[in-house]
Amino acid sequence: MNDIQKRILLEVADLHKVPEGAYNIRSDGQSAGRRSTEHIEITSKTDVSGIDVRIAPGTRNESVHIPVVLSQSGLKETVYNDFYIGEDCDVLIVAGCGIHNCGNQDSQHDGVHRFFVGRGAKVRYVEKHYGEGDGLGKRLLNPVTEVYQEPDSTVEMEMVQIRGVDSTKRVTTAELAEGSRLLVKERLMTHGRQNAVSVYRVALNGAGSSADVVNRSVARDESYQEFDACISGNAPCHGHTECDSIIMDQGRILAEPKLEANDVDAELIHEAAIGKIAGEQLVKLMTLGLTEAEAEEQIINGFLK
Amino acid sequence: MLELRNIRYGVDGEAGRVDILNDVSFTVPEGKFVVITGPNGGGKSTIAKIIAGVYVPTGGTIRFDGEDVTALSITERARRGISYALQQPVKFKGIQVIDLLRIAAGRQLSVAESCDCLSRVGLCARDYINREVNASLSGGELKRIEIATILARSTRLSVFDEPEAGIDLWSFQSLIRVFQDMRASIAGSSILVISHQERILEIADEIIVVAEGRIERQGPREDVLPALIGTASAITGCDRLTGRS
Repeated sequence: MNDIQKRILLEVADLHKVPEGAYNIRSDGQSAGRRSTEHIEITSKTDVSGIDVRIAPGTRNESVHIPVVLSQSGLKETVYNDFYIGEDCDVLIVAGCGIHNCGNQDSQHDGVHRFFVGRGAKVRYVEKHYGEGDGLGKRLLNPVTEVYQEPDSTVEMEMVQIRGVDSTKRVTTAELAEGSRLLVKERLMTHGRQNAVSVYRVALNGAGSSADVVNRSVARDESYQEFDACISGNAPCHGHTECDSIIMDQGRILAEPKLEANDVDAELIHEAAIGKIAGEQLVKLMTLGLTEAEAEEQIINGFLK
Repeated sequence: MLELRNIRYGVDGEAGRVDILNDVSFTVPEGKFVVITGPNGGGKSTIAKIIAGVYVPTGGTIRFDGEDVTALSITERARRGISYALQQPVKFKGIQVIDLLRIAAGRQLSVAESCDCLSRVGLCARDYINREVNASLSGGELKRIEIATILARSTRLSVFDEPEAGIDLWSFQSLIRVFQDMRASIAGSSILVISHQERILEIADEIIVVAEGRIERQGPREDVLPALIGTASAITGCDRLTGRS
């Protein structure tokens, strides 16, 4: 890989070198490295572009890294990755996509990820999106994530998109069986004329299942964001969705947290708040010696931390 | 060190111009602990905001260490050595106590140094250092963290706007000790506190009484305090509650 590709890899996966454990690095549409381990097997799909990741039951404290780097202007790809996580696993999956586009053609990566999470398994999934490059070509990312949780499983998802992605539409769906838990933390910042749409459809199908979908976002300049999250309670369950946003400049945000109760014992809550940075927060940090711009950065960094 | 001369401040209300401060002049000398007291609504907090640069006076001048700082921003005054503890501490989502202390100190305070600032305001540091400065903290905790940010700065002048407001009794007791400690190590700096609390007035070198936007009286504690006892300008709790029994 060249220096640009290496730097992007650092941005999206915090990887300075080849990660420990299993990994698959995709760079400009090609495999740039892969390793399976005793318990984690990575194989290429034969019908479409993408990989199958099979994690043996009972695998604990192991990780899979599957970063994607696009550095060729004009490259557009759709990749299908399926994860089969065996019963009673406890694993970390780190995905992420970085686009460097210096050219005039749009670069686009659409990743379709499906997670089949076995009974009692615990998965932590971290996904980071990043774009850079000063060409006129746009950097586009449209991830689709589908999660199917067996009883008593836990999935924690952390999705981050802080810089440089011109347009993104993220669609996440989840179906939860009894006793399973889904926690989503999404952090998003848009600037310039960027556009970001985030859709969640969570079905709490089993008794005792629960979901907590939390979005924190900042829309600066003339960017636009939509947060559309619906939790359906189809059994006795707990669901909570929250959208907390800061708008700046001419940024715009549409927040639509939605609940659908199809069972009388479904307990569902939603919250949404949008506002600019409070003047008193700026004043406080300025009395500590920061300029107004530095104070804004501190407040946003904290908010998105 | 700090000198306010003929400070005026007014706002435009529905019924025309309303004067909040009228010709306010006083000096905070180096090495002195000065307390401003007086009835609510008299303009005390406005004076603190004018010193910090949050409000721009409509007339008069503010000099700090000989320099006219009237036209300087909040940031510039902070950098010249003015610290200001707000009456209502501000909450921040995601910013941790240690982050705030580091911003205040203007450098990467070590965990030990941060813990020291918190211990000085009576907080068990290990429990707090990584807490977010948000609504999960009580009013008393936020207030003490606010004071800790001022200690972390350790500037020439520290202004405290009603440090005792909204805190519980236990916090009040330790707060008095914090101010007594500051009083003892004041060399090379000055402290200006806005407070009606008799316990704080008792440790003042000088007392300024502000009412209806004007200075009603100012002078050494021995001269001013006796006349204030028992009025709204010097509130005291019963002996047991204020720890004097």
